[in-house]
Amino acid sequence: MMELIDSTSSSESPTMTESSVPAISAGDGPLKMTTRNVDVFYGDKQAINDVSIDVTMDNVTAFIGPSGCGKSTFLRCLNRMNDTIPIAKVTGEITLEGEDIYAPKMDVVQLRARVGMVFQKPNPFPKSIYDNIAYGPRIHGLASTKEDLDNIVETSLQRAGLWREVQDRLQDSGTALSGGQQQRLCIARAIAVDPEVILMDEPCSALDPIATAKIEELIHELRGKYAIVIVTHNMQQAARVSQRTAFFHLGTLVEYGVTSDIFTNPTQEKTRDYITGRYG
Amino acid sequence: MANTGTEHTVKAFDTDINELRGMVAEIGGRSEQAIAKAMRALEKHDLELAAEVVAEDKLIDELEKRIDELTFQTIALRAPMADDLRELIATFKISGVVERIGDYAKNIAKRVPVIASTHKLGPASLLPSMSNIASQLVRDSLEAFARRDADLALEVSERDQIVDDFYTSIFRSVITYMIENPKDIGEAAHLLFIAKNLERIGDHATNVAEMVYFAAKGEPMPERDRGENPTDLLEEPTTGR
Repeated sequence: MMELIDSTSSSESPTMTESSVPAISAGDGPLKMTTRNVDVFYGDKQAINDVSIDVTMDNVTAFIGPSGCGKSTFLRCLNRMNDTIPIAKVTGEITLEGEDIYAPKMDVVQLRARVGMVFQKPNPFPKSIYDNIAYGPRIHGLASTKEDLDNIVETSLQRAGLWREVQDRLQDSGTALSGGQQQRLCIARAIAVDPEVILMDEPCSALDPIATAKIEELIHELRGKYAIVIVTHNMQQAARVSQRTAFFHLGTLVEYGVTSDIFTNPTQEKTRDYITGRYG
Repeated sequence: MANTGTEHTVKAFDTDINELRGMVAEIGGRSEQAIAKAMRALEKHDLELAAEVVAEDKLIDELEKRIDELTFQTIALRAPMADDLRELIATFKISGVVERIGDYAKNIAKRVPVIASTHKLGPASLLPSMSNIASQLVRDSLEAFARRDADLALEVSERDQIVDDFYTSIFRSVITYMIENPKDIGEAAHLLFIAKNLERIGDHATNVAEMVYFAAKGEPMPERDRGENPTDLLEEPTTGR
């Protein structure tokens, strides 16, 4: 189902790419993930065409673009979520810490712990708040004692900015929380397995502006601890939370650059048309 | 990525932008006219015309306020990005600069009654030519704004040197005149101030051009080599360039 055709060495300079749009990395801090010449097909239909991007530790990376541009598809390649779609085929090279994530020896369950994901709609398990967080560490064997697990739950909820709101009702159902709290619970759940990268697919689109602001503040606080990649329809949000922005259009990466440059002086006409509302 | 004037999906945004562009054209036209009228009043010693310039400056002030209000409102409501954002920021700054140009024209008009008695410009006979060039710079800088033309903006900035050279020349001849005619020193000082006002108008036209360049290109206009102005040391400190 999955193929790997490009075996470019990851020790090669990360700034070099055969894609028409240069990937950014120089001076951007430690590289966490690289993608080179990634194509994605759903059956005969090509959804992603030759995308090369570097994801760094110190910058939040935002993927923007109109519906159907491939930004979510591409995000889902980063932790092999597309494996769950039978007709999906990914080619090219995607590495995590220099390691090819599509290599046969890669443990996909382990990969998804290292590269966590938060979805558009909060999806807590129908379990207690405590168990929502404890689930991952339990199955990955990250805690040997009850105290260890308690610590992980508390730290994760604190990092997700939810601890103070739920510390007295950890046994309540996760689904009883408000939408914004549920989303922060999902972020806490991702954090609990000590990931290196957190992928967020439209994490605020189901939330009100206050809950959205809390998630954005959380992203800001988590920056540097985890490499964060966020897909958003909301350009103001991309401008607010990210330091690097990639604009996708019809499956291709049109422009990838420093967020403040993209939103004040994009180099590509398509990017300009999209962010200024001249698109379509 | 320059603004090509393509329409936005939300048409009301284009309406706002076009209204603003119209008002910038109007404030520019009024300021340019104010310079021309003030200079005509000076040459003809026409006190009525001079008073008209002073009175009409209120319209320019009013326009500046309206431009600023609509720019502010558009930024708040439309959350503009990229070239739209740059253009609105430029509009905001240009309105202030052009209003200052109007103030300089008014200042020239206010001096008309004081120097009317000489019935000639004497040592400052170059003032009308200097004024023509300064006016042309104002006109071209606003034309550059209307056309989003970075090249014309750059040209305006370069041509400001001609106004500066006129100023240097007038400065020297007026100083010489003052030395030779101490009794006329008051009126000669007014002529010098008028030359200085025109020189500042040229600078402000350059400021407009710089904003136009920035809005079009997304980067600051390259610095031009201004050379050394022999009168620099004698000038009062001013804000801006």
